[in-house]
Amino acid sequence: MSRKITQHEYRHLVEKTMPPSRVLRNVLAAFVTGGLICAIAQIFFMGMESLGVDEETAYMLTTVIMIFLGAVLTGLNIYDKIGKFGGAGASIPVTGFSNSIVSPAMEYKKEGYVMGVGAKMFLIAGPVLVYGIFASVVAGLIYYLWIQVM
Amino acid sequence: MSTRTGKQTVVLSNPPVVIGGAAIVGKKEGDGPLARYFDQIIDDEYFGEKSFEKAESRLLRDTLVKTLDKCGKSASDLHFIISGDLQNQCTAASYAFRDVQVPFLGIYGACSTMAESLSIGAILIDGGAAEMTACITSSHFCSAEKQFRYPLEFGSQRTPTAQWTVTGAGCILLEKQGNGPVITHLTNGTIIDMGIKDANNMGAAMAPAACDTILRHLEDTGRNIDYYDMVLTGDLGSFGRSILIRLLKDNGVEPGDRYNDCGCMIFDLESQDVVCGGSGCGCSAAVLSSYVLELMNQRKINKVLFVATGALLSPTWIQQGDSIPCIAHAVSLENIQ
Repeated sequence: MSRKITQHEYRHLVEKTMPPSRVLRNVLAAFVTGGLICAIAQIFFMGMESLGVDEETAYMLTTVIMIFLGAVLTGLNIYDKIGKFGGAGASIPVTGFSNSIVSPAMEYKKEGYVMGVGAKMFLIAGPVLVYGIFASVVAGLIYYLWIQVM
Repeated sequence: MSTRTGKQTVVLSNPPVVIGGAAIVGKKEGDGPLARYFDQIIDDEYFGEKSFEKAESRLLRDTLVKTLDKCGKSASDLHFIISGDLQNQCTAASYAFRDVQVPFLGIYGACSTMAESLSIGAILIDGGAAEMTACITSSHFCSAEKQFRYPLEFGSQRTPTAQWTVTGAGCILLEKQGNGPVITHLTNGTIIDMGIKDANNMGAAMAPAACDTILRHLEDTGRNIDYYDMVLTGDLGSFGRSILIRLLKDNGVEPGDRYNDCGCMIFDLESQDVVCGGSGCGCSAAVLSSYVLELMNQRKINKVLFVATGALLSPTWIQQGDSIPCIAHAVSLENIQ
């Protein structure tokens, strides 16, 4: 360019003039969406408890129901809209995890059930599983050592 | 025969004629402000095909057929098809034209592909290697999302600088002789990388490339920006556009109202939920071959500098932490009769 601008100067210009994220709106939307999803799960949980299901089974069944709901809403082209509105509030609950697995499965079905659905299903959820399992192993080890020492 | 002027500009001494063009776009583009200029608007994102990739190929094929029909030509009149898209290995174009028995040049310049295609086509015609070429590019929102971003049904938010890939294709027929605007100059850009690493901020990544090519064009041709009735960049989006205006002003060039960006024109940024505007090889191609060409043919505007910009990245390079190399090619279209 005629008037040379350095990469550093340019990055500074871009950062200075970039349209900002709507932080307050996003935080509020995430709070409401995440809260609503958890409230729905709580209703299922309390409903089961009132029907005499024991606590541990009720927890497990609630999770299963929420995963199912996340998958169905993804299949009905609804969960992407919830995610767009709620951001992290929609992706952090287990329904979001379900969405992250079902959405690539739907998209890559055209590439077949092995290299498409099978291979691409964990495209987004893969890292969550890898590091989630890794973190739980580390936490388990620390817990085990803690018990030994105490 | 083409000659050179200045550092990067080609002067076409037998300027190829834009004898016609056509654009086919998707539903969202058909709801935008340029709807009435497009030749066809398709409501089905699959375009009757089994996948988004195949739909994009069909977009290209149908756009070529429509353009040939409008110009009263047939595929056998073509000496070259110069085409590209955003799919890996440029496959939308290769599959689109596999049954058309015309020499095929597949090119990739990301969103700058239309200007690259016009450059090659114009030089081939001016140099006597072809009588008629078809320059055609496409993009498809769904196939691009799949390749560059997330699956469609994945719930996520876009960043404030993101753009929306246009579903559409645009085709221009260039001929040695005929009626229509002509291509007089080409300024092909060098690759400019200002260190932007955010693939969701391609407008900012590409603006310096557009600035460099525009300044180079003006310097090489000795023209002032006022020479043009319209200066168009191909999909910098609203943020990239504002940065380009600033960069040009810093260099003493006042673009004024004659300057606009195809990404800002194809959608209504306020109501269509596209964040900073459109992008993709189909964006500038569709705007040029419909709206701009019609204005030129009606002589409402007579001199257009078409500067399509491209972010030459791939998800692999971005994941490896590298920045985004960008390019801009300028094509000068003029009514000279």
